[in-house]
Amino acid sequence: MADPLLDIRNLKVAFRTDDGLVRAVDGVSLSLYEGETLGIVGESGSGKSVTMMSVMRLITDPNAQFDGEVIYKGTNLMGMSQDQIRSIRGAGISMIFQDPMTSLNPVYKVGWQIEEQIREHEHVSRPAARDRAVELLTAVGIPNARERADAYPHQFSGGMRQRVMIAMAVSCNPDVLIADEPTTALDVTIQAQILSLIKKLKQDFGTAVVLITHDMGVVADMADRIAVMYAGRIIEQGTQRELFYDPQHPYTWGLLGSIARLDRPRPRRLTAIPGLPPSLMQLPVGCAFGERCAHRFERCRETPLLLDRAGPGHLDACHLSAQQKQDVRDRTIHPELVEERP
Amino acid sequence: MTDGAVELALLEEGPAVAKGDVLLRADHLKKYFPIKSGILIQREVARVHAVDDVSFELRAGETLGLVGESGCGKSTLARCIARLYDITSGSLEFEGTDISKYSRRQLRAVRRDLQMIFQDPYASLNPRKRVGAIISDPLRIHRAGSRDQIRRRILELLELVGLSAEHINRYPHEFSGGQRQRIGVARALALKPKLVIADEPVSALDVSIRAQVINLLDDLQDELGLTYIFIAHDLGVVRHVSDRIAVMYLGKIVEISPAEELYQRPVHPYTEALLSAVPVPDPDLSASRQRLVLEGDVPSPIDPPSGCRFHPRCRYATQVCKAAEPPLVQHGSLGHLAACHHPLSLQTQVGAWATVPVSAETPLSETATT
Repeated sequence: MADPLLDIRNLKVAFRTDDGLVRAVDGVSLSLYEGETLGIVGESGSGKSVTMMSVMRLITDPNAQFDGEVIYKGTNLMGMSQDQIRSIRGAGISMIFQDPMTSLNPVYKVGWQIEEQIREHEHVSRPAARDRAVELLTAVGIPNARERADAYPHQFSGGMRQRVMIAMAVSCNPDVLIADEPTTALDVTIQAQILSLIKKLKQDFGTAVVLITHDMGVVADMADRIAVMYAGRIIEQGTQRELFYDPQHPYTWGLLGSIARLDRPRPRRLTAIPGLPPSLMQLPVGCAFGERCAHRFERCRETPLLLDRAGPGHLDACHLSAQQKQDVRDRTIHPELVEERP
Repeated sequence: MTDGAVELALLEEGPAVAKGDVLLRADHLKKYFPIKSGILIQREVARVHAVDDVSFELRAGETLGLVGESGCGKSTLARCIARLYDITSGSLEFEGTDISKYSRRQLRAVRRDLQMIFQDPYASLNPRKRVGAIISDPLRIHRAGSRDQIRRRILELLELVGLSAEHINRYPHEFSGGQRQRIGVARALALKPKLVIADEPVSALDVSIRAQVINLLDDLQDELGLTYIFIAHDLGVVRHVSDRIAVMYLGKIVEISPAEELYQRPVHPYTEALLSAVPVPDPDLSASRQRLVLEGDVPSPIDPPSGCRFHPRCRYATQVCKAAEPPLVQHGSLGHLAACHHPLSLQTQVGAWATVPVSAETPLSETATT
C-alpha cells in the first residue's frame, strides 16, 4: 500500500482544568490515503473534532497538552511553528465546520474572503483572484456567482453559506479536506445537496476527505473507511462494509441499533444504549464502554487494545472472542427480531 | 388574590375526552407576522405567512408527527396551538371549545392540559433554579396542592422520567443533555396534561441518548394516555413515534396521512423528495437507492410563490400549478390527504421506503440487498 497522505500517530490531547486533566484524545492513530474518504463517527465528547482540530493546529488553548505525531508529506505538523502551519492550512489541508455563519467573517463580502485566501497562498492579481473566486462559487452551485460574490454571509441561506465555505476550502486545491459535521445544521434536502457536492468535488479534484459526523446514514453514503470513536479513543476501525455488515464492537452495535431506520419495519422500541458516556477526567479502569455494555465480563477490567481480531485492517478494541460476538451481535442490535425467532 | 374564583375552578377536572375522540381541531388557522418599517410611525410593509390556512384534527391518545424543512412553519404552528402566539385568524378548538381568542387569564386553565417540551434543554431550563423548583413551578402556579403534596409529586415525576430523588436539589448545568431533556419532560407532565407538544425534543441529543428519550416518551404515552404533537426534522424518528404525520411546506400542510402509508406511498412530490433525501445507514441500499436532489432553497414566506407553493422546486410542475392552489383532498385510503395537482401514483414514486421485512432467518447483512 502506498504511504498515507496524512498519518496520525498516537495522538494525545489533554486539557488542564481546575477540576483535573481532561483527556479529550487518548492515543489515536489514523491514516488517510490519497483520494479516499475516511469517516470518523462518535458522539459529542468522543474526541473526533479535537483530533482533527489538532491536526490543523487550531487548538490554541494554553491549557492544552499535545503528544504524538501528525505526519503530512514527510513532516511532523505537531512540531511546526504557527507561521509554518499557515502555509499548510488551506493549501495542503483545509477544513469546513458545522456552522458556516461562525466560520465566515460577517463584515466582509464572501468573494473578498475567498480572494484573500487565494492571495495568501499564491501570487496572483486581485482581478485574477476574483475570477477564480467566481469560478469556485459557480462550481459549488451558487447561482449568479459574479453578483453573489459581492454579498455578505448573512445574505445567504444556511445551505448556500456551507457552499461558500466549501468553495473557500477548496480554493487552493488542498490534498485533504476535513469536514466537521458539515451537514448537521442543515435540512435533509439541503444535506443531500451538500453531500453530493462534496462527492463531486472529491471526484473532480481527487481530494481526500475526512468526514466527521455522528450520523451513520451519512457515512454509509460517503465513507470508504470508518473509524468509530468513544471517550477519546478509536474503538473500531475498518472499511465501510466491515463496519456496517460485520461490526465488532458493542458500542458500534449500540449506535446501529439506536437509529430509527426507514428501511426496516418499525420496531416496538429503539435499542438505546443505557447510561451516559464516562467523564473524560475519570475514565473507568479497563474498557471505557464497560459500564454501558451488556456483554461485560471479567477481562473488561483490562484495557482492550485496538487489534485486528476480525481480519486484516479491521481493528476493534473488545475482549469478546469472534465467536461470542457472532452469537450476541444480532440480539444486541435488534433484540425484537431475534425474539420472534421460533 | 383577586381571581380566587378562577383558582378554584382550576382545580376541577375538565370534561374528559375519551380515547379516539377529537381533542383538538384546527380550522383555517393562520399566523402572519407583520414586518414593520418607518420612523415614528411604524407601518406594516409586508407579512411573513408563517402558518397559512392549516386545518387538521387530533384525536385523544394519538401522536401526530409534524415534519418539514426549517422555516416551513411547524414550530410556529406548535406555538399557536399552545397559544404562545396569538392567532391571526381561524379557529382552534380544544376539547370542544374555541380557544383561539382566549385571553391570558382564560388560557391559564387550558395550559394545565396543554404543555410543551422544547428543543434545547440548555435554553429551556432556568440555570439559576434547582431541579425541584423547575418541576414544581407549574404546580405552584396552578396551586395544585399543599407544599407536601407538591414535594411528593416532584419525587413521583423524577422517578417517572428516570431521574432519582437525589437530583431534586441540583442545578441544570450539573446534568447532561439527555438528563436535562428528562427534566423538561417532567415539568411538562407535572400538571397531568392531556396534550403534550414536543418541538424537536431529541434533535439536540446524541444518537444513543436520543433513543433513550424517545423510548421514555413512548412509555409515558402508554402509561398516562397522553396525546402528542411531535415535531422533528428527522424522518426516521417521526415515523417511529407517530400514528399520523403531517408534512408542512411554506406554512401549509401539503400532505397528511397515517404514518406507515406516508413512507410507503407518498402522494405529494415534496414528501417524495424529503423521503428520498434521508440517508440510509446501509451502504448497499444507499448506493442502489435513487435520490431526488431538490434544487434550491425554500422560498421566502414573505412573498410565497403563486398557486402551489412547491411548484418552483417541483419536477412535475405544469402551468396549472402556477395558476391554482391545489386543495387538500383525499388520495388513496381514508385519512390520507394531499394538496397536489399531479399526485404520485404507485408507479411513479421514487422516494418511497418499501420496508423490506427482515426475516429472522436471514442475517442482518443480507436483508438490505434483497
